[in-house]
Amino acid sequence: MSNAPDLAADLRARAGTLGAALPPLLAAADHLASAVTLGDHGRRRAGMGDEFWQYRQAHTGDAARMIDWRRSARGDVQYVREREWQAAQSVSLWVDTSASMRFSGDKMRAPKADRARLLALALSVLLLRGGERVGLTGGLTPPRSGRAQAERLALALSEDGTADFGKPDATGILPHGRVVLISDFLGDLSGVEAAMGAASDRGARGVILQVLDPAEETFPFDGRTIFESMGGSLRFETLRAGDLRARYLARLEERRARLSDLARASGWHLSSHHTGDAAQPALLWLYRALEAAL
Amino acid sequence: MWMLGPLGFTTPLILTALIGLPLLWILLRAVPPAPIRRRFPGVALLLGLKDADSETDRTPLWLLILRALAVAAAILAFAGPVLNPARQEASSDAPLLIVMDAGWADARDWPRRIDQASRVAEAAERAGRPLALLRLTDMPQAPVFQAAQAVTSRLIALQPQPWAPQALADWQAALPEGDFDSYWISDGIDHDGRAALLAALQVRGAVRVFETPRPVLALNPVTFRDGAVQIAAQRLPAGTQTEIEVSARGLDPAGIERELTRATLTFATGATSGETALNLPPELRNRLTRFEIAGSRTAGSVTLSDDSLKRRKVALIGGGADREGLILLSPTHYLRQALAPVAELIDGALIDVLRANPDVIVLTDVARLTQEESNGLVKWVEAGGLLLRFAGPKLAASEVARSDEDPLLPVRLREGGRSLGGAMSWGDPKTLAPFPKDSPFFGLDVPAEVAIRAQVLAQPDPDLSERSIAMLADGTPLVTRKVLGQGQVVLFHVTANAEWSSLPLSGLFVNMLERLTVSTRPALADAADLRGQVFTPEKVLDAFGQLQAPQGLPGIRGEDLAGAMPGPEHPPGLYAGEDRRVALNVIGPETVLRAAVWPTSVPVEGIEGPREQPLKGAFLAGALLLLSADILAALWLSGRLVGRIAALICLVLLLPVPQAQAQTMAPNEARAGTGAGSQGGAQDAFALEATTELRLAYVVTGDSRTDDLSRDGLRGLGQQLYARTTIEPAEPMAVDIERDELAFFPFLYWPVTADQPLPSVAAYQKLNQFLRTGGMILFDTRDAGIAGGTSPEARRLQLIAAALDVPPLQQISGDHVLTRTFYLLQDFPGRQNGPIWVEAPPPDAEAEEGMPFRTLNDGVTPVVIGGNDWAAAWAVDAQGMPSYPVGRGDAGERQREIAYRFGINLIMHVFTGNYKSDQVHVPALLERLGQ
Repeated sequence: MSNAPDLAADLRARAGTLGAALPPLLAAADHLASAVTLGDHGRRRAGMGDEFWQYRQAHTGDAARMIDWRRSARGDVQYVREREWQAAQSVSLWVDTSASMRFSGDKMRAPKADRARLLALALSVLLLRGGERVGLTGGLTPPRSGRAQAERLALALSEDGTADFGKPDATGILPHGRVVLISDFLGDLSGVEAAMGAASDRGARGVILQVLDPAEETFPFDGRTIFESMGGSLRFETLRAGDLRARYLARLEERRARLSDLARASGWHLSSHHTGDAAQPALLWLYRALEAAL
Repeated sequence: MWMLGPLGFTTPLILTALIGLPLLWILLRAVPPAPIRRRFPGVALLLGLKDADSETDRTPLWLLILRALAVAAAILAFAGPVLNPARQEASSDAPLLIVMDAGWADARDWPRRIDQASRVAEAAERAGRPLALLRLTDMPQAPVFQAAQAVTSRLIALQPQPWAPQALADWQAALPEGDFDSYWISDGIDHDGRAALLAALQVRGAVRVFETPRPVLALNPVTFRDGAVQIAAQRLPAGTQTEIEVSARGLDPAGIERELTRATLTFATGATSGETALNLPPELRNRLTRFEIAGSRTAGSVTLSDDSLKRRKVALIGGGADREGLILLSPTHYLRQALAPVAELIDGALIDVLRANPDVIVLTDVARLTQEESNGLVKWVEAGGLLLRFAGPKLAASEVARSDEDPLLPVRLREGGRSLGGAMSWGDPKTLAPFPKDSPFFGLDVPAEVAIRAQVLAQPDPDLSERSIAMLADGTPLVTRKVLGQGQVVLFHVTANAEWSSLPLSGLFVNMLERLTVSTRPALADAADLRGQVFTPEKVLDAFGQLQAPQGLPGIRGEDLAGAMPGPEHPPGLYAGEDRRVALNVIGPETVLRAAVWPTSVPVEGIEGPREQPLKGAFLAGALLLLSADILAALWLSGRLVGRIAALICLVLLLPVPQAQAQTMAPNEARAGTGAGSQGGAQDAFALEATTELRLAYVVTGDSRTDDLSRDGLRGLGQQLYARTTIEPAEPMAVDIERDELAFFPFLYWPVTADQPLPSVAAYQKLNQFLRTGGMILFDTRDAGIAGGTSPEARRLQLIAAALDVPPLQQISGDHVLTRTFYLLQDFPGRQNGPIWVEAPPPDAEAEEGMPFRTLNDGVTPVVIGGNDWAAAWAVDAQGMPSYPVGRGDAGERQREIAYRFGINLIMHVFTGNYKSDQVHVPALLERLGQ
């Protein structure tokens, strides 16, 4: 974390590798045409765009400059060359960079934050390659398209947050845009609820990916232990950690159920990902879920 | 030292720390195990949860006990616990006198006594106390207190004396001035005056006594009674029923001393003495020279037999054998009475008797002999026989030796003889004059009641006076003697019965016969028997019961020798007089061993049995073990002992076990000998290993360092052999002489350690077979031979080699074949450079004209004995680098090279025998072939 540009370059390179394995993400065109800006995204209908769509006979009202003279010269009928209507979607990402994401249950495993960033950026690369506009919530990195945006994202993602637990920032979400929330969701869920509410208010929908360390999923502790949150703000002492396992797991399950309820209520997609597993399935899921949401 | 039962503590003050244990208990109980701090984001989910119970809030009881035990063990360890501690003397800076009996009885465990004395001396050195050392077997002289160091250096060379402490009263007077403490290393026997000397020592200061529990065994002089050799032995202390073996040794027909027979002697329970009888044919009995208790190596367990067991064959020929008469008038009656208990009597005709080759022939009043008898007698006398003749009426009446000297009579006789003190005579019966100085009877008392009434008279020839060995008071010869060839002829001028004189009735007659060695002496020579003779020591015993040549010992007068106890002036041994030998034994016939009883005020050390055993290490190890168990327990309690770490710990705990097994297996060269079932397989494997390749072998001593050194040494030598010669040995093998077959090896290296066990009888058989069939053993005492055979290793070697079939040895000569089997060598160094011993060459070996070497073609020396620590000079480590330094610098490396060369010569000698010896004949052989 000490050398942000280096890390950003590294992150980008790794994300690029991951993203290279997938076909370009072609986001499905949303029916809300008015809300979207034109982009190089075919909408399967004639409209403004660069790609050829069809030739049609010129009717009355077509400006003379619209006639495709090359095609018309082959016959007696004048043709107009129509182009495919292309539109770009804007996707806003929120990646939790708080202290709790820096946890790793094993020296051999990278912290959760690493995995979260990687997935976020890989997804960004895919989307950008598909011509979408990708940005971060919070307004500092608004959605843009183009390869340069990936670098900007990587730079922005490599910053560490200071809070103990992350709280989604709903600002900067474009109306009818798409939202991706990546976090461990171990903090207060009211923030998440609020953010989802704000997004839904603007007609934005999205996906939620919960990234957890296996240790958080299994609670392999025993004996007299003082648990502290990563930032040190929370503290809990137990004499027999092993006894707490069942109750902890129940609480974790309860939390996931609540998240699931939230997601279902507002039509979002929810999934869990463990840092102990491979990243590819998670990216695939994100890709599919986002494709469905688009 | 503070004692708690058999347990002593060197620093008992530390034990007060045990008071702190309850405090520790309370502390530990109050403080629960320290918590682990964990960073864990899931803590948010835990908030508000409650522990089911709070049991681990306090240290569990069993952990508490574990820790308390660990701390207690550590405290005990640092207090220096010693099991059965040697009693410590009260610290004192008074001078210390070490009193050693140093007699024959000390020889049974002399090294231990020297150890003990050294220990005491070192303690005194540390305490800065002046020290003096005295041997009670020495001549009394005031010991001088000097710096302890001076005494310590003397101790090592100190040897026991082959006699018992004497003149303890004189020692009492010779004690130094002033107060001093004493340390008495006693042999456990109550010598005369011991109590008084102890009292005198106690007056000067504290006395401590050291004794060893090893029993004292002593052999009384053997006697001949009831037709059998009577053997009696004593022991101290009286214990349970024990059997000892008494070995009777003597010269075999080839003149080599060996054990002739063996008797078993039983001590009954509680008895201090035992007896047995040995029935031997006279031929064998006459050969006996020495009895010794097998396995006991002290001068007291050896008794030398002098002539007392020898029985001469005496033929009695009576002149009037066919005469009817009263038995008391028989001319041979008195002789028979005197000789029957001490000699083998032969009866028969003279011609028959001569064939039996008796030692003595007695002719009583025999005048006429046939020509054949006469010639036979002369020949027999000239060959060393003793012809003893007695006069009588027949001889007096005969014409024998009247005009010229008869060869079988010492003097010419005058006709008729004379009669004294009879009814028709003026004179009284004559008594004997004292014996002249050159007479064999010199020193015998002449009883006044011996009277001579009649005798034959000698012609006054010029040599009469020198032939007379006993005379009457008026100077008339009574006994005359003539040397004839190697034998002699003795004539008593009186009858052998009481007819002419009362001489045969007196004790003098028996003594005179003894002096003439007609009869052998009774078991104990008394002063009268020996008076007037000078005895020179022929062989003397050392304290360990070994016969040594006497060095610089003067002769001793017979009367002093009779009844003498061995002492500095006359050590025990065999004393030779003019015609007899007298044994002076450590244990006289009257010697009775009494156990020394010490008053309760004198602390007695050394007999407690169990040795001092420091327990500090054990306690520390225990504490450490408990503490490591505590670590595991604490880890487990606090939840840190998770699977992988636990597995790791288990692995670490288990790891040393197989390693240790591997180590114990290593010296056996991976010989699978774990089960009885695989015994045969193991032997086969051993045989295969030994025979598929040439292997040098070394004898396992039981000391792993020595064994490793032997292996490294032979490996180093093997590498040199491989590099330089056509002998290409594989890795050396360890050989256990008790278990392994030796026939596979041409060569054994045998380093001798001081505490090596003696081989069993079966092992000796194998070794002797090995030596007889051409094997060679290199004995290495590793002491450089500087101690002259008195180092503990050399002693051990003497013990080990005693039962080996080893020929006479000689220090290696310059022309021995070992000097040229491969390299030309004159020295045979290892790390040291001392002399080595090999089989002695035959005495008639001579160098041929123009040849540099003597002709020595037969026999490879079966043993080479030296102390040069060859293995250390040869030893190389795994990298092939020398393991031990030899000498210094280049000279040392040169010495190592010579050591290798010696090894190569030796192995070459083993394999090629005397080939190089034959080489010197090559010119001669070629010359012959040319013709």
